[in-house]
Order: sequence, then C-alpha cells, then structure tokens
Amino acid sequence: MQEHDLSWVRTEMAVAQAAPRSGAGPVVWARTNLFATPADTIMSLFALLLVVWFLPQILNWLFFSAVWSGTDRLACLTVDQGGELPPGWSGACWPFVLNRFGYFMFGRYPMDERWRVILCGVIFVALLVPLLTPRIPFKRLNAILFFGVFPFVAFLLLVGGYFGLEYVETPLWGGLMVTLVLSYVGIVVSLPLGIVLAMGRRSKMPIVKLLSVIFIETVRGVPLVTVLFMAAFMLPLFVPPGVSFDKLLRALIGVALFASAYMAEVIRGGLQAIPKGQYEGADSLGLGYWQKMGFIVMPQALKLVVPGIVNTFIGLFKDTTLVLIISMFDLLGVVKQSISGDPTWATPQTAKTGYIFAAAIFWVFCFGMSRYSQYMERRLDTGHRK
Amino acid sequence: MALNDTIDGDQPARISLLYDPKARSYFFQAVLLLALILGVWWIVDNTIENLTRSNISTGFGFLNGRAGFDISDQLIAYSSDSSYGRALIVGVINTAVVALAGIFTATIIGFIVGVGRLSKNWLIRKISTVYVEVFRNIPPLLVILFWYQGVLALLPGVRDSYSLPFGSFLNVRGFYFPRFIWSDGAWLVVAGFVVGIALSAFVARRAHVRQMATGQQFPVFLTSVGLILGLPILGLLLAGIPVSLEFPEKGTFNLTGGVNIKPEFLSLFLALSFYTASFIAEIVRAGIMGVSRGQSEAAAALGLSSGQSLRLVVVPQALRIIIPPLTSQYLNLTKNSSLAVAIGYPDLYAVGGTILNQTGQAIEIVVVFMVVYLSISLLTSLFMNWFNTRMALKER
Repeated sequence: MQEHDLSWVRTEMAVAQAAPRSGAGPVVWARTNLFATPADTIMSLFALLLVVWFLPQILNWLFFSAVWSGTDRLACLTVDQGGELPPGWSGACWPFVLNRFGYFMFGRYPMDERWRVILCGVIFVALLVPLLTPRIPFKRLNAILFFGVFPFVAFLLLVGGYFGLEYVETPLWGGLMVTLVLSYVGIVVSLPLGIVLAMGRRSKMPIVKLLSVIFIETVRGVPLVTVLFMAAFMLPLFVPPGVSFDKLLRALIGVALFASAYMAEVIRGGLQAIPKGQYEGADSLGLGYWQKMGFIVMPQALKLVVPGIVNTFIGLFKDTTLVLIISMFDLLGVVKQSISGDPTWATPQTAKTGYIFAAAIFWVFCFGMSRYSQYMERRLDTGHRK
Repeated sequence: MALNDTIDGDQPARISLLYDPKARSYFFQAVLLLALILGVWWIVDNTIENLTRSNISTGFGFLNGRAGFDISDQLIAYSSDSSYGRALIVGVINTAVVALAGIFTATIIGFIVGVGRLSKNWLIRKISTVYVEVFRNIPPLLVILFWYQGVLALLPGVRDSYSLPFGSFLNVRGFYFPRFIWSDGAWLVVAGFVVGIALSAFVARRAHVRQMATGQQFPVFLTSVGLILGLPILGLLLAGIPVSLEFPEKGTFNLTGGVNIKPEFLSLFLALSFYTASFIAEIVRAGIMGVSRGQSEAAAALGLSSGQSLRLVVVPQALRIIIPPLTSQYLNLTKNSSLAVAIGYPDLYAVGGTILNQTGQAIEIVVVFMVVYLSISLLTSLFMNWFNTRMALKER
C-alpha cells in the first residue's frame, strides 16, 4: 500500500479566472428572459410570431386604415358594397362613434337639458376625487356630501320637475349616464345593506340568522338575469293595483339587492378574520353591540376586505349591462341599438367599432377601480399581516 | 351605607327587562317575524288581486299546454307541438351543454395563462398579463355581442364558406364538421373504452400498492394512455371499422349533412370561455404562488427534477388553494350562460322568456328558473366540496 502525503501548500498564485459575464445590457437581458433554455427559445419565438402577426393587424384596423370622418354609412363602405373605399378594405368606422357620441352618453335625454347631466357629472367628479385622494382633509364632510346630499341633488337635476327644471322621464335616459346611475346607486345601497346582512348572518338570533342566510344564498345561487326578470315582471304584481313602478327604479332595486348579497359574503369573510379577542376586548370595555361593531370590529374587518369589496363593485359595474335584457338602454344597450336598429350606419365594420368603443369605456372604469383598490390596499396595510 | 345601596349581597343583579339582552333579542326577533309575515301577506294579497284582474290562472298546469314555437338547437326530440314542459327541458339541456363546454375550455385556457403569468419568459408573462387585464375588465355580455355581431356575422355566406381541414366549413351559419355514423359492432369500441378505463384504474392501484411496498415505480400514465386508446382501436379493428363519415356537402343555399354548430352557440361558448379563463388564470396564479418557496426548494434538495417537483409537490398543494374559488368560477360561468337570451341561443332563459311572453305565467317561470339554477349551484358545490375534502390536507 502506498502512502499519500496529504499536506500540500500552494506556492504560487492561482491563474485568475475570467471576469464573469456582465449582468447588464440588452443581450444578457434577452438571454435570461427570452432564450434561457431551448424550450424557452421556442416559446419566445412562437409568442413573437403571434405578436408580429396580430399586433400590426390590430393597430392597422384601429388606426391606420380606419375611417375618421364622414356623415353616414357610405364613408365606411368599399366599392363593391356601394361606397368609395378599395375592395377588401377593413378598418374601424370611427365617424359612427363620433356621430353617435351624444346618444352613447345620454341616450334620448332632451338636447336642451343635457347640461343638467353634465353638471351632475361635474359635481360627482368634484366630490369623488377629493374623497379618493388620501391627502385632502374634511373626509367626513366630503363623505356626507357624496353619499347623503349628492343623491338628492342628482335626483333633482336628472329627473327635474322642480325649480323650473323640465321633467325628464326615465325611459328617455340612456347610455353611459344610465350605467353610472345604476352603478352609483348599486354601490351606495349594497355596501350598507351588505354589512347589515353579514352581521345578520353572524348574529346569535336564530331568526335573523336564518333570514339572512336564506336571502344571501338564494340571490347568490341564481343569475342576475333572474333577479332582473323578477324585478321587471314580478315586482309590478306585488304592489296594489294602480300603483306603477318606474322601470329604472325596478332595475335599480334588482341590481342593488343582487350586489348586496355578494357584498355580505365578502364582508363576512372579513368579520371571520377578526380574532375573538377583539370582540371580547370590546365587551370587557362595556361597549354595546353597535358600539362594538362600529368602533372595533367593522373598521378592522372592512380594511381586510377592501380588494373583495372593490371586486364586487367592478362586478356590479359590469353587471349593469344586463339591464339590456329587460330592454333598458345602458351604454351597451344604446350601442347595440345603434348597431342593429339604425340603417344610417349599417356597415360590416359598425358592430366591431361600436363594441370596441364600449369595451374601452368599460375597461377604463374597471381597470381604474382595480388599480385604485391595489393602491388603497398598500396604503391601509399597517403591517399586521405577514 | 352607599356601598350597600348598590351591591345587594349575594343576589344576582336584577336587570330591567328593557336592558336584558335576552328579552331584547326575543322582542327584536318577534318584531322582525311579524313585519315579515305582514309583508309577505301584503304581497301575496296584492299578487292574487293582480292576477285575478288580468285573468291569469296560477299553478303549473300550463306546462302541459302546446308550446307552438320552434327551438333551433335541440338534443332531444322537440317540435312546436310539444308541451311547454318539454320546451323547458330542452332549454335546461342547452344550458348544460354550453356550460360544460365553456367550463372545459375556460379551465384549459385559464391554466395555461395562469402558469404563463408566472413564467420566467418575459414575453409569455407580458402576453398573459395583457390577456388577463383585458378580459377581466370587460362585461361578458359585451364580449358575447362582439363575437356574435362583430365577428361571426361577418363570415362569408354559404357559397364562399371557408374550407377548413377534415372536411369542415365555417360560414355565417356556423361551423360544420363531419358526422360519425356508427353501424353494427360499434358497441365493441365503447366496450374497449370502458374496459380500458377500468384496467387503467386497476393498474394505477396495483402500481401504488407496489410502490408503497417496494419503492419501485411503474409507468402508470403511459400504460393508461395505451389501454384507453389501444383497446377501443382494437375493438374498431375487430368489428371491421363499423364507422363512416358523413361530410357536409355544399348546396346552393345551405350546407347539408354533417354536424352544424350555430353561431349563437359559438359566440356564447367563446365569450364565456375567454371571459372566465381570465379569472381562472388569476386563481391558478394565486394558487401556485401560495405554495411556499421552501416546498420546491425541499423537493430540489431531495433530488426531484423540476417536472417531478411540480407534479408531485407544488401542484397537489396548489390545488388545495385553487379548488374553492375555481368552484365559484364554474358556477359563475353557468349563471352567465343565461346571457344567451341576448343573442337568441335557446337556453333555459330564452325558452322561459318566450313561454312567459306567451302565457304570462311570470311567477311560475321565475320559480322554475330559481329551482333549476339553485339545484345546479347546489349540485356543483356538493361535488366540489367532495373533491375538496379528497384533496384536503390529510393530517396524521
């Protein structure tokens, strides 16, 4: 057996290794983010192909070969369809949207009275923006104005009939205005109603609990269309003969009740996450039920479920489009009506253009809400969570 | 002295009835119940009066009446001479078909996009994010109408149909593809399929037992694929290929033969799938992110390959987080299928609406709607709860 001498002393410097590859620069970025492995490379190339194939087509359709001016359908027709554009042309027909813009915003609201809607919108924004900006003071006053006073002002302005304002009946309303009215009322009603229902569901009183559970589970189990159907066809049967309900009001009731059931479940989630010690602490301080809920439990619970609440709001906003089915004209309703019921703009491109316009408006509202909720979530996060 | 006035020896403090929580609770509930009963009585009274005024008889007797309208999509025999009840059943079946098809596609797209959002590949990640943010923030009804009026209505007429592979066609009347016509001996194929599934289940169980006992693995997946595909093919060959294809033929005005999927179904199906997929993608992403990093690191430390660690460690845990919200998305999709009424796909809603217009039986129709949708919701949540308990953490 040979013996090895394990001791060894380095006598000269090791050869210096080459400097590691630079960790910056577009080539390195592409290598780590796009072409890390062969599979990655294939996926990247495939995705790139998809983008290169579709993006120019979409942009082209939306902007470059789109028609921007015109007075009727002839502006958006090809030669063989009876217009002037080259055969095989395909692009957005924006004059349709520009021409109908007022209709899309206000429906058949009388031309001379539209300033009332605009004024209402201005007040709405003027109250909402400071309410949503955390730095601006007087939040309590602002909230009272927004939730307590504004509905009456808006009602006076939009419906009219008082102070020399001409009465505008609700079947004339339409467009984005109806969408916003439905969403605003839905949100303002569903949040407090949802809180009450959630507390009812967690109540120790068996009858209160049972009634809340039945209401919540029934409403959540059926589509909104059913609730709207009920509101449209059954509500008139429930009131004494001769009493007639405004159609918009019926839809409002349906939307608000529907949203409040979903809201209740979201808030219940928040209530369940509050540790028992908080309740007991409040009890030991001698607070009554409403004080306990109002000062201790709800502020913490609501803070936890801000994302869920905003998601319900977004869902409600999108769901307002369903009033189209009980033949009311919200934004989607008027767009659909302009597309299928109006020969002035009947071209193959009208439908796509109109729906993309409506989709863009809905998208801006919903995306804005979800981004704001993310911001609020970060702000309200006081570091109690992991 | 003053002390004796307030503290009354050992006697429990007597609370005035006004401040007794129990008495208050009873009183409050009694008031609530009374108000409810009065409200319901008032509503019922009004309803009865309204109904007698407009001469509408109540009850479900009208279901036996002759429907008198046609339904474009039907999976069971139905004609305008059939009863209202049968029309409603056709509607329920159509709802189920579009909901199941939508759930299937939405799950696949949703899982792909959800995993895509977590990909290390920048381009894939961005495309997935754009998809989710676009579709999540647009009302589903709008997407349905967009497909229906904006895309499918612009397809060429019958004469200029797009020819697609396998003898299928796409035109303004929908999508046509060849129909399988089975003749005698087809039962062998079905039998092969059933036996294949049964054998695979058996093999899987045996392999599991063997792995638990000896640690040796068996390629269960490949064997199952071989059995489930191979046995029906064997049956097909044994029976002498008892199948022929009926291709859609181009006529002057219409395509005859084959199977036709109507544009109403297509637009509803596409819109529901794409819309719901964006929500499923977010659920999948949250589920995978919810599995802590230590789990995959531990799997790597045990020497599992990345594929194995995904399949054996990450996905089973992620599924626990994914399943409950996924259930509610499935239910949402089913409920959203009622939007079919906007484009005239004859689901339960559209059929019920037609019947309502013809008979005026508003209450009965709404009751039918509620019963059907509530039972679908209940059945789905029962099934998913069962699945959830099976997948749930088994603590030993």
